[in-house]
Amino acid sequence: MKLNELTIQQAYDGLKAGDFTSVALTQACLDRIQKRNKTLNAFISVCGESALREAKEADAMIAAGKQQPLTGIPFAVKDAICTKDVRSTGAGKILDTYVPPFDATVVARIRAQGAVLIGKNNCDTFGHGASNENSMYGPVSNPHDETKVAGGSSGGSAAAVADHQCLFSIAEDTGGSIRFPAALCGIVGLRPSYGRNSRYGIMPMASSLDTVGPMAKTVGDIALLAEIMAGQDPKDLTTVPDSVPAYRDKLKMDVSDLTVGVPKEYFEVDAMDAETKAMVESKIAALEDAGATIVPVSLPHTKYAIPTYYIIVPSEDSSNMGRLDGMRYGVQEQGNSLKEVYANSREHGFPAEVKRRIMIGTYALSSGYYDAYYRKAQKVRTLIMQDFQKVFAEVDVLITPTAPYPAWDIGEKVHDPLAMYLADMLVGPAALAGIPGLSVPVGTTKAGLPIGLQIMAPRLAEMQLFQVGHAIESLQ
Amino acid sequence: MKVSVQEVENIAELAHLSLTAEETKQYAEQLSVILEYISMLNEVDTEGVEETCQVTGLMNVTREDEVAACDPEMREKLIAAFPDKVGNLLKVRGVFQTY
Repeated sequence: MKLNELTIQQAYDGLKAGDFTSVALTQACLDRIQKRNKTLNAFISVCGESALREAKEADAMIAAGKQQPLTGIPFAVKDAICTKDVRSTGAGKILDTYVPPFDATVVARIRAQGAVLIGKNNCDTFGHGASNENSMYGPVSNPHDETKVAGGSSGGSAAAVADHQCLFSIAEDTGGSIRFPAALCGIVGLRPSYGRNSRYGIMPMASSLDTVGPMAKTVGDIALLAEIMAGQDPKDLTTVPDSVPAYRDKLKMDVSDLTVGVPKEYFEVDAMDAETKAMVESKIAALEDAGATIVPVSLPHTKYAIPTYYIIVPSEDSSNMGRLDGMRYGVQEQGNSLKEVYANSREHGFPAEVKRRIMIGTYALSSGYYDAYYRKAQKVRTLIMQDFQKVFAEVDVLITPTAPYPAWDIGEKVHDPLAMYLADMLVGPAALAGIPGLSVPVGTTKAGLPIGLQIMAPRLAEMQLFQVGHAIESLQ
Repeated sequence: MKVSVQEVENIAELAHLSLTAEETKQYAEQLSVILEYISMLNEVDTEGVEETCQVTGLMNVTREDEVAACDPEMREKLIAAFPDKVGNLLKVRGVFQTY
């Protein structure tokens, strides 16, 4: 096995035993990026020089007996997350030159262990998309079939991990941006509970939904990262004070104690691919064979999640995007007045989808429309949350497909924004409810494209996601 | 729900976006389709339902309003990132004048 193909746990063990160095591990990832980035386009920036320097420091830490779980492990970060002294564009040309002087809190927590930052992953510009075709730095290809999309918005992160260009990536999920590409690329991705992780240093999109989470190859690796990333941060006042469990210590569970809810609405959507449905159903059956109780449940407001999402998100988004005006940082275009400078900077710095969302949001929030759109959507959001609260009174977790279909052809949906929005139909509801969701790879279609299974749990019940995810991994 | 070209132009101005004629026409069509889809929410009875503004249940999280020192290196980098400056000051166009 090549070094870059190891899991975090395997790399930790190898570094500890002295089988290889972090420099060798980091070089293996850099070589892979060098070989594959032209084809997959998973990285916007690669920091080879500083990565090798950090790897050398990590090797010294390990030699001095100061190894922590992430010491010397090469990782990447979605470009919409700030990294100290490493360019962070968010895949938007308006920030083409932006180099943050600070790390996002979650990145700082990971780097504090001596993890090696290898580069910044491509994504849909500022997280706006489900296919990673809305990046101003070009689309990301799926490592399993280069003619297909990687999923979005964290497509570069998903492709980089699946293609072994790094051992894990840190990304963000507003309405499915971690879980969806994880499913399409065949890796594990966690959307944590809203409030669990600090968003300080994350380029904001929809502030009442934005979360930041890990993408990796195994549930065990995800549990480790979730533990390190979680916790209160005085720089993000939406973080909750609840203590963080030691997720990794309790991964094994007795499946016979488990009650799984299967929401019919998620399997009945028009677009549902037959192979995806059959694969997820076979895993649910396998859990039942192992002793779990399976309960059919209903979440009646599921079909309203996407229309609700596409009012709330563009509304909050249009406000957040307002700060990107080329004034204090980033790229400023010329103009004859202040207004022209704003307009020209934004016109050249944003791709079509960002402008489209700003337009929808500005419209929905404009005078006379607020009650009909934003307020109405906030009420439907309550009903969607109540659906989940009711079913979680009787089941521990919910299991569904993550995506209704596998990766599609690059270019297939780019001219139909609504079709693109609907791709998120199975990942949007959890985001609106603020509950955590985990996507686990469970196999491939006959054509060889990965299929993801989504597990959802009550707020702050990430432990259950990891236990069930681990059980499903063990079934395979 | 049909969005006119003129409405798109108005919204673009409110949002500080300068759109080409082609973009304006395209957005009028796409926004109409999206708003039509979104109007599906009208069939949901929300009489007496509370709005959800946030999901954490946290209330009135505050901190002391204290002046904190800025790390000199951070300060230097923030100033270096200004697109336009006079000395250490950020330079912007006047709000009420054109020049």
